[in-house]
Amino acid sequence: MSNFPWLSVLIAVPIVGAVVVQALPRRANAAAPKQIAFGVSLLTLVLGLVMASGYENDGGMQFTEQHTWIKSFGAHYAVGVDGIGLTLVLLTLILTPVVLLASWNDADPIPLDVRDVAAESPHVAPARWSPNAFFAWMLAMEGLAVGVFAATDVFLFYVFFEATLIPIYFLVGGYGGAGRARAAVKFLLYSLAGGLIMLASVIGLYVVSAKSSGGATYLVSELSKIDFGTDTGRWLFVGFFIAFAIKAPMFPVHTWLPDTTENATPGTSVLLVSVLDKIGTFGMIRFCLELFPEASRWATPVVVTLAVVSVIYGALMAIGSDNIPRLIGYTSVSHFGFIVLGIFVMNSQGLSGANLYMFNHGLSTAALFLVTGFLISRRGSALISDFGGVEKVAPVLAGVFLVSGLASLSLPGLSPFVSEFLVIVGAFSHSVVAAAFAVTGIVLAAIYILLMYQRTMTGPTRPEIVGMRDLGTREIAAVAPVLLLIVIFGFFPKPLLSVINPSVDHTMSQVDRHDPAPTVAEQSPEGAHQ
Amino acid sequence: MSLVPSSLAALHSGAPVVHAASADGVFSLLWLVVALPALGAAVLLLGGRRTDRWGHWLGVGTVAVSFLLSLVLFFALVGRDSGDRQVSQHLWTWFTAGKYTVNLDLLYDQLSAVFLLLITGVGGIIHLYSVGYMEHDERRRRFFGYLNLFVASMLTLVLAADYVGVFLGWEGVGLASYLLIGFWQYKPSAAAAAKKAFVINRVGDIGLSLGSALIFVTFGSTSFAVVSANADKASSGTLTAIGLLLLLAACGKSAQFPLQTWLLDAMEGPTPVSALIHAATMVTAGVYLIVRSNFIFSLTEDARTGVVIVGCITLLMGAIIGCAKDDIKKALAGSTMSQIGYMILAAGLGPAGYALAIFHLLTHGFFKANMFLGAGSVMHGTNDDVNMRHYGALQKAMPVTFVTFAIGYLAIIGVPPFAGFWSKDRIIETAFADNFVVGLCALVGAGITAFYMTRLMLMTFVTEQRWEPDVHPHESPRVMTIPLIALAALSALGGFLILNGWITDWLAPVVGTHEEKSLAIGALGMSLVTLVVVAIGIAIAWTFFGRRAVPREAPTQVSVFTRAARAELYGDAFNEEVIVKPGYTGIRGLSVFDGSFVDGIAEGTASAFGGMSSWFRLAQNGFVRSYALAVLSGAALVLLALLAVNFS
Amino acid sequence: MSATPFIVLSAILFTIGCLGVLTRRNAIVVFMSVELMLNASNLALVTFSRANGNLEGQIAAFFVMVVAAAEVVVGLAIIMTIFRTRRSASVDDASLLKY
Repeated sequence: MSNFPWLSVLIAVPIVGAVVVQALPRRANAAAPKQIAFGVSLLTLVLGLVMASGYENDGGMQFTEQHTWIKSFGAHYAVGVDGIGLTLVLLTLILTPVVLLASWNDADPIPLDVRDVAAESPHVAPARWSPNAFFAWMLAMEGLAVGVFAATDVFLFYVFFEATLIPIYFLVGGYGGAGRARAAVKFLLYSLAGGLIMLASVIGLYVVSAKSSGGATYLVSELSKIDFGTDTGRWLFVGFFIAFAIKAPMFPVHTWLPDTTENATPGTSVLLVSVLDKIGTFGMIRFCLELFPEASRWATPVVVTLAVVSVIYGALMAIGSDNIPRLIGYTSVSHFGFIVLGIFVMNSQGLSGANLYMFNHGLSTAALFLVTGFLISRRGSALISDFGGVEKVAPVLAGVFLVSGLASLSLPGLSPFVSEFLVIVGAFSHSVVAAAFAVTGIVLAAIYILLMYQRTMTGPTRPEIVGMRDLGTREIAAVAPVLLLIVIFGFFPKPLLSVINPSVDHTMSQVDRHDPAPTVAEQSPEGAHQ
Repeated sequence: MSLVPSSLAALHSGAPVVHAASADGVFSLLWLVVALPALGAAVLLLGGRRTDRWGHWLGVGTVAVSFLLSLVLFFALVGRDSGDRQVSQHLWTWFTAGKYTVNLDLLYDQLSAVFLLLITGVGGIIHLYSVGYMEHDERRRRFFGYLNLFVASMLTLVLAADYVGVFLGWEGVGLASYLLIGFWQYKPSAAAAAKKAFVINRVGDIGLSLGSALIFVTFGSTSFAVVSANADKASSGTLTAIGLLLLLAACGKSAQFPLQTWLLDAMEGPTPVSALIHAATMVTAGVYLIVRSNFIFSLTEDARTGVVIVGCITLLMGAIIGCAKDDIKKALAGSTMSQIGYMILAAGLGPAGYALAIFHLLTHGFFKANMFLGAGSVMHGTNDDVNMRHYGALQKAMPVTFVTFAIGYLAIIGVPPFAGFWSKDRIIETAFADNFVVGLCALVGAGITAFYMTRLMLMTFVTEQRWEPDVHPHESPRVMTIPLIALAALSALGGFLILNGWITDWLAPVVGTHEEKSLAIGALGMSLVTLVVVAIGIAIAWTFFGRRAVPREAPTQVSVFTRAARAELYGDAFNEEVIVKPGYTGIRGLSVFDGSFVDGIAEGTASAFGGMSSWFRLAQNGFVRSYALAVLSGAALVLLALLAVNFS
Repeated sequence: MSATPFIVLSAILFTIGCLGVLTRRNAIVVFMSVELMLNASNLALVTFSRANGNLEGQIAAFFVMVVAAAEVVVGLAIIMTIFRTRRSASVDDASLLKY
């Protein structure tokens, strides 16, 4: 089975599924398209898990396929995953069925839960297109996202990178709150601007590689052997970095994210923030660090500063937000600051932490978006100040909310802790000042999460909240797997780390960095159990 | 790999080294001590209403079995050779990155052994008490789930063999504390207090995070074994930095100055919570952390000085606050702060004080839990009134509560032979041997303690009755009084029967040994001086509260000192004015900055292009002939340009 | 035979056509002026083709003729329709398609 084109199948199955779902007849509240879409996403997940079981932890690219695509400028259809790519592909595959299940009624002409309040609510508006289209775009996004994480050819990556904008544009623009059209355009313009700058660097890569001995090529494996020279390398690096910084998003190019999460449906926000934004940080590792090690080292002081600013800035903005999805959007700015910090401190702890953080942040933010989505759809309002005392009437919802929030603030025992701790340790090895500033993020995280919990869930139950339904079976079924994974990986992140660490070693050797030795060099033997 | 027993190794390097043997025999059951309450918590919190009927008994049961197991393990440890009393159990590797590996290991030694007994023992008693106390609460099952979660986390904290493992338990108890302070979440004050406690604890966690990071950078590992073995090789600056960061962590968890403000608000939680978490166990975690890190603190005089200063300030602050509070639980909370100040102070004295800190921690765990449960019993009988001005003359209505409370009272003010005397007296003695000013602080603190505790006793149990009209005080049910009796017995006898003398020898292999310094006036003389100071405190309280009538309303015409003490020495006001308000102003400013500057640049660029195009499009006027003219002039321009290029 | 007279004639015709397009309002006249410009360019193409002795200019002229024929068909149809609906063949009246 080693020659089976696993990754191509993982890209193709959801896209084919999307076409089928879109082609099905549209009847109001028809369950068939939803069931088929859900089935396709589950099938993809199963295929992905089967693939992952055949992965060997040696840090190299696996499940590779390579076909010449456009010979004249060396573009290939080339896919493959290393540990970093594999975890992100799996994250995509895990979250898609969860999101589909959680968004079951979100794309109905008028969402079932809010018929009576939807008329005047600015936070839930009737869908513009059919549920079929919603589910089809979701599946299409899954396939394209797998493509981005699996591409090992810069040109192919670029094509997938831009292609993912299409489903998100329609998902944001067609389903969600009243400001969705504007939000969708803003998202698209930001991303296209970044994509354009990246395109310049992609073309630059061609120019440089065409002059090199091997001839024009876009294969990452070939490009990483080329010495771009100091100036060229730095220019190309900047082009890629700006695109990824917008995608991630980092301060000061983050403002599209809160606007988008505020207006998108929770499911769309999950796919956007938990999966698609990871392309930014994934790209920083795969392209910025591995292709332009010299330029990355040159840019480190600036990037680390921006990352730390993002951590604090995003958290402070989150504290000041009254709109729940907007708040979560800002928390992600803060968390992405941590991820970028971990990447650019360029040591094993930072990089492993950052990679793990990408996966864990995907889970915790997904849980948070989904459960707040359930909450908002019940009340027809996304404003914190419209809630109060929910725990009394919906204890399960409140409990799920709390656990998701605690994951977001990186409570030890839940998976984000391990990654955040590793990033802080890595940052500390790199610069004490950076770590000292970044670590204030853990206090601010506690404030924004618990303040939100306090204001929505506790206190006297407001009259509008009385009689609010607790989570139903479908909703529990959607979030329970995510919470379960958060707890499991909180205590036992080894399966992820054993996949990530060899790839991190590879990245480290590519950027030519070594971990600093402990100040007290000589180590005594560990405890007697070894 | 050295085979030298740790006690001998201690002689070589100055500080003892953690060098544990692998767990075997009965010690291989160590993980069960933690796992049982954790399992209980999981069942109770996930099981839903199905477990309502028997849930509380499951909660009590798991802790009780853990206690029995702790006893078995303790005696097994006693049975071992005194140089061989460190046992470690490797559970699994938590995470690895590069050369950094964190194992989830348990370390069972003399120090964790006594903590295990304290946590499961006092914890078990309080669980039992809660069965009665929470009987009429419809969410009792959940309460027990949280309590079990707390016990499991606290056990993790004291059993972990790695700073990151400690962090796991550290935050776990923080979470349990958050959930339990805010247990009556429909009360906005409870929810706010819970959040406040968690956030301030997180400030302390900065210390633990950065401290662990610095430990890793210095030693390449965060396990106690590696750190203790190499501590003497690190530079003194590094050690001081680690020490101060750990002190910051301890300040957060143990409500020490300047992170003390959360503890009084935390009394919003149900009383058994105040007894277990905010008196006996969790708040002492900071003391544990410092004592456990003795291999670092012993090597850095500067960090220890910081610890002593924090201890002194807090022990006086807490005592002063305790003098002015009318809320019985808050008065006790002020007292807790103060008593932990004593422990921190003792821990800061170095090898001379580590064991004393733990000694006082244990006795305090007994008598303070006893008094908190007593307060709970009082509240139970007076319709949950907490204002001592509405009590008075309760001794007849609640004889058992009164007697047990009185024993706790005698223990805390340090009357021989009750428990507190033995521990506090020795701390004061050692403090004087170290530094006169520090000793004086401790001595004055003892006097104030006597004052506020006597005041509390008098206002609650003696004096004339000042009950609300509809209150009919009655003794609590037996499920509540039996725990009171048990704790009172420990408060009375725990000091000299069990712990005095023994504890120092028992802990010596963990915390190191030292030269006894003798005082000029001798130990006996010191005790007498202390007792005189205590007597003065009692006498003053008697003059003010025993001989005069206590008004039902708190007097408003009071001295500036009383007002300051009532306002908790303006700790909250300071935070509010210096951190919260400017913080919110800053955040509002930042929102404006984000919206109009950061986003403004992006949106501005977009609208600039929009404006430009709306201006340009005016050329599209619909007249075909003007288009034709434009085409013609364009062609002419191109032509001219070509000519210019060709003929220049 | 010199090419100059033909080129001069072509330039004159083109200028006449150009001025016609710019100044006249009647769509039919504008149309005829456009045809005049096209044929002026045809003349220039053919002239240069002959002067240079290759056939490419003539081929281009054929293309122009074909395009012109197609344009006449479409253009006249549009003018007819506009005239039917508005009872006017003035190009200035049909200025709705703006901004």
